[in-house]
Amino acid sequence: MNINLTLIGQLIAFVAFVAFCMRFVWPPIMAAMLERQNKIADGLAAADRAGHDLELAQQQVADQLAEAKKEAAVIVEAANKRAQAMVEEAKQAATAEADRVKTAASAEIEQERARAQEQLMSQVSALALAGAEKVLGAEIDADKHADILKTLSSDN
Amino acid sequence: MAANGDNQTVSEYIVHHLTNLTYGKLPEGFQREDGTVISAGGQWTLAHGPNEMSVMGFNAIHVDSMLWSVGLGLIFCWLFRRVAVKASSDTPSGWINFVEMVVEFVDGTVKDTFHGRNPLVAPLALTIFVWVFMMNLMDLIPVDLIPHSLMLVGVEYQKIVPSTDPNITMGMAIGVFVLMLFYSIKVKGFGFVKELTLNPFNHPLFIPLNLFMEVVGLLAKPFSLGLRLFGNMYAGEMIFILIAALFSVGIFWMLPAALLQVGWAIFHILVITLQAFIFMVLTIVYLSMAHEDH
Repeated sequence: MNINLTLIGQLIAFVAFVAFCMRFVWPPIMAAMLERQNKIADGLAAADRAGHDLELAQQQVADQLAEAKKEAAVIVEAANKRAQAMVEEAKQAATAEADRVKTAASAEIEQERARAQEQLMSQVSALALAGAEKVLGAEIDADKHADILKTLSSDN
Repeated sequence: MAANGDNQTVSEYIVHHLTNLTYGKLPEGFQREDGTVISAGGQWTLAHGPNEMSVMGFNAIHVDSMLWSVGLGLIFCWLFRRVAVKASSDTPSGWINFVEMVVEFVDGTVKDTFHGRNPLVAPLALTIFVWVFMMNLMDLIPVDLIPHSLMLVGVEYQKIVPSTDPNITMGMAIGVFVLMLFYSIKVKGFGFVKELTLNPFNHPLFIPLNLFMEVVGLLAKPFSLGLRLFGNMYAGEMIFILIAALFSVGIFWMLPAALLQVGWAIFHILVITLQAFIFMVLTIVYLSMAHEDH
């Protein structure tokens, strides 16, 4: 166990190896590791962001879907209303038309009746006159008693 | 296992395993084992035997420790540099993954303990952790494999675990100590002197006592750092050698010794990792203390 020049030799070797390590080994390895760390961190952040984006997109899709549904419902309702209105309108038009036809028909009927009545009246007065002529004979002159006949026919 | 010749005793075997391959300067006039006398001016040579090593004193170098330590350090640099070149922000795979795991682990430990801003500390901690771990790992190679193989090609001694050599561990600890002093002075300036003189008793009268205590405390740090690693690894290696020595006791000891060897090796996996980790953490803590003003 002699202490000798080996001590100095080892000291020099120690300094040399530490210097080598400090200059050529440690910095590149640390730099590479740090770079990889950053890369991984970036990757993770990007993944996070992508996940977030996906969530947002899904949210948006859901929102749009809901809106579309709402819109569709509105449209359907409007269509329904419109259809109802159309039916109602058609019904009203039909009723009006029917009324009109009915009115026209009844007016015509009335007219016809009045004419028939008139005709009938004139015939009745003619008949009455004829009857009276027969009863009274020649006592009654059609020209003389025209006023009475007229009053008779207008009374009816 | 009688590695060196037939009549080697157990204690010779153990001592042989604990001897470094030493290259050093023998002084003038020294007589070597084969009878040759060193000529004027001394001679640099490989030592034969403990006697020559102790004569060489400080002017010697443990060739095996140095080569294994620097070799492992180069392997560390090569392996990690390859990753540093290839590293990108793409999906990592295989070895890159492993290296990044180690780097991240060291970085986490440094961030937990060291709160200043110093670009040196983390690479320092990484180098210490991996290098010390690799040096400790040599302990798991069967004790006789490499020394015995090298002996067959003529290398007399070989100690393959650099961290069982106090020169190696203390060399690193001194490196850390120098950094501690440097940053203490750089960060605290005069405050470092105050810290040494006015703690723990803040009174001018106590300055000598404070200085003594603080300096002892300061010096204890590199020693505890280096000697802890050395002690643990040395003891672990010693137990491997002792168990290996059991093989030579007799044929009935073969199986128990083998089981013991495996058991100790498994346990030792924890020890070597833990010791490398402790060396790293203490380095960070000491440097962190050097950066913090009280």
